[in-house]
Amino acid sequence: MSAYPIHPDSYADFLTPGELHRIQLHRLQTVVRASYERVALTRQRMQERGLNPEHIRTLADVALLPFMQKTDLRDTYPYGLFARPMSEVVRLHASSGTTGKPIVVGYTRDDLNVWTSVMTRTMSAAGLCAHDVIQNAFGYGLFTGGLGAHYGAEALGATVIPISGGNTERQIMVMQDFGVTAICSTPSYFLHLIEAIEASGNGFKDLQLKVGVFGAEPWTDAMRAHIQERAGIKAYDIYGLTEIIGPGVAAECCRQDGLHVFEDHFLMEIVDPKTGQVLPDGEEGELVLTTLSKQAMPVIRFRTHDITSIHPEPCACGRTIRRIRRITHRSDDMLIIRGVNVFPSQIEAALLKVEQTLPHYQIVLSRREGLDQMEVQVEMTEAMFRDKVSALEQLQKKMAHAIEHVIGLRANVRLVEPQSIARSQGKAKRVLDQRKEGSTP
Amino acid sequence: MTLKQLSVFLENKPGRLSQPCKALAAAGINILTLSLADTEQFGILRVMVREWEKAKAVLEKIGCVVNVSDVLAVEIPDRPGGMEAILSILETSAVNVEYMYAFTLKRGSNAVMIIRVDNPEQAAQALQQHGVALLDAAAFFRLA
Repeated sequence: MSAYPIHPDSYADFLTPGELHRIQLHRLQTVVRASYERVALTRQRMQERGLNPEHIRTLADVALLPFMQKTDLRDTYPYGLFARPMSEVVRLHASSGTTGKPIVVGYTRDDLNVWTSVMTRTMSAAGLCAHDVIQNAFGYGLFTGGLGAHYGAEALGATVIPISGGNTERQIMVMQDFGVTAICSTPSYFLHLIEAIEASGNGFKDLQLKVGVFGAEPWTDAMRAHIQERAGIKAYDIYGLTEIIGPGVAAECCRQDGLHVFEDHFLMEIVDPKTGQVLPDGEEGELVLTTLSKQAMPVIRFRTHDITSIHPEPCACGRTIRRIRRITHRSDDMLIIRGVNVFPSQIEAALLKVEQTLPHYQIVLSRREGLDQMEVQVEMTEAMFRDKVSALEQLQKKMAHAIEHVIGLRANVRLVEPQSIARSQGKAKRVLDQRKEGSTP
Repeated sequence: MTLKQLSVFLENKPGRLSQPCKALAAAGINILTLSLADTEQFGILRVMVREWEKAKAVLEKIGCVVNVSDVLAVEIPDRPGGMEAILSILETSAVNVEYMYAFTLKRGSNAVMIIRVDNPEQAAQALQQHGVALLDAAAFFRLA
């Protein structure tokens, strides 16, 4: 068991498998029935397969049900998947769509209570308690990160600073003056804060910061090691999706060895991304999630496109809810460059090998004379900058070589000025694909 | 006997050079001398200013990455062979010249070169032993 205090809400992290399965089955049957009765799309798809709610007799029967895709949320925009009248819906959030309309999600009062509870369990798993002062630098607004972390931290009893994202100078001032012990943000924004704190000359020694709760974008173990070393904190990964609830689907514990999924509220499966076949524990595939207790917008067998695997073995922290391996790539952020599968996380790993610090970078894809061209733009940092042209050219070469070593493709590395790569919601845009459709070789 | 020089990373794009110059001008900082090293993709702007700490802060405020390095301001007789004499002193003392550029003003009949070497202390010692005048900050800034 862990040495730090555990919040009472976390009791569900420690259920016996029998207790957990009983809760899961009861909730699955309830949510399938509600969806069948109240959501036209779900009912229609189940009827097409000759299914009704009575067919769900065991947890494994979830595999009988049709998948739900992000496009289903877009096609039924804005309220088509709601299972409760608007009089019971007390909150809406939306996720920025990359194309056209965003997707909209709704919450009843009970849904918000569940969300708060899983976020409290998330914070507790990261070792936080009522004595902590938590700087919440996730964006507040339609984005689920800000309010999700806010209510979870407040319910934990911690002191919450709702600073939201941006305004780096004020973030640093607050961190120093308010005795902040923990921060919530995207990992890339925290990297930016590290740079700013180091540049201010004060460093981390005078700060009381000890924990970072990071999520909303994929990051790697190497990036974690880098953050922990430079900031002298423990950096925890959290996971969630707007479509499911927001942050609070899964979280790391003190062991930092995979993320515990809050299985009493979210049923997970791993499927083959191509065939949709359910894969056994331990095998890598696409994470599929079913909300077990959501009322306003139940989501059944949602294809997350996140690639991971289930760790069924018990965790040394004592939690019995199972873990997933940290998510470093998505089935849909895979790039196909000259026929080779490339994940942005591979480029990240290569850059980290060269500099030990992860600079902001962007992969720019274009097509010249029918051939894919990959350019990796890397923002100059104080640590990387040398006064000699030859040293910088050497650095470019080393990065290009490291990338080629990892992915087997030649990349042109271009050093660019600080802050020249676009950022949105604190998330760095990793890929800019300028290859025009129709000009395939 | 070394002086502080600021280097700024720039992308090789139109208008990039004017931003740091504008920022320094707005802060009332005079650029005493400047050199630009460039490749197809990027450049390094090197400047000598009186208050280098202030200039560094000004440049960083507008988002520049700034590097501070030690350089030598060397007096060189303005006649054929003047430069060669300095270089051979450095060569025999195994100091490697990384780059150099000329200062815009003369000191008497001598020119002033800014030289960046891999070992500034050793270079300064060797040059002074051979009677070559190095300018300290006070002498250097009097010229400007």
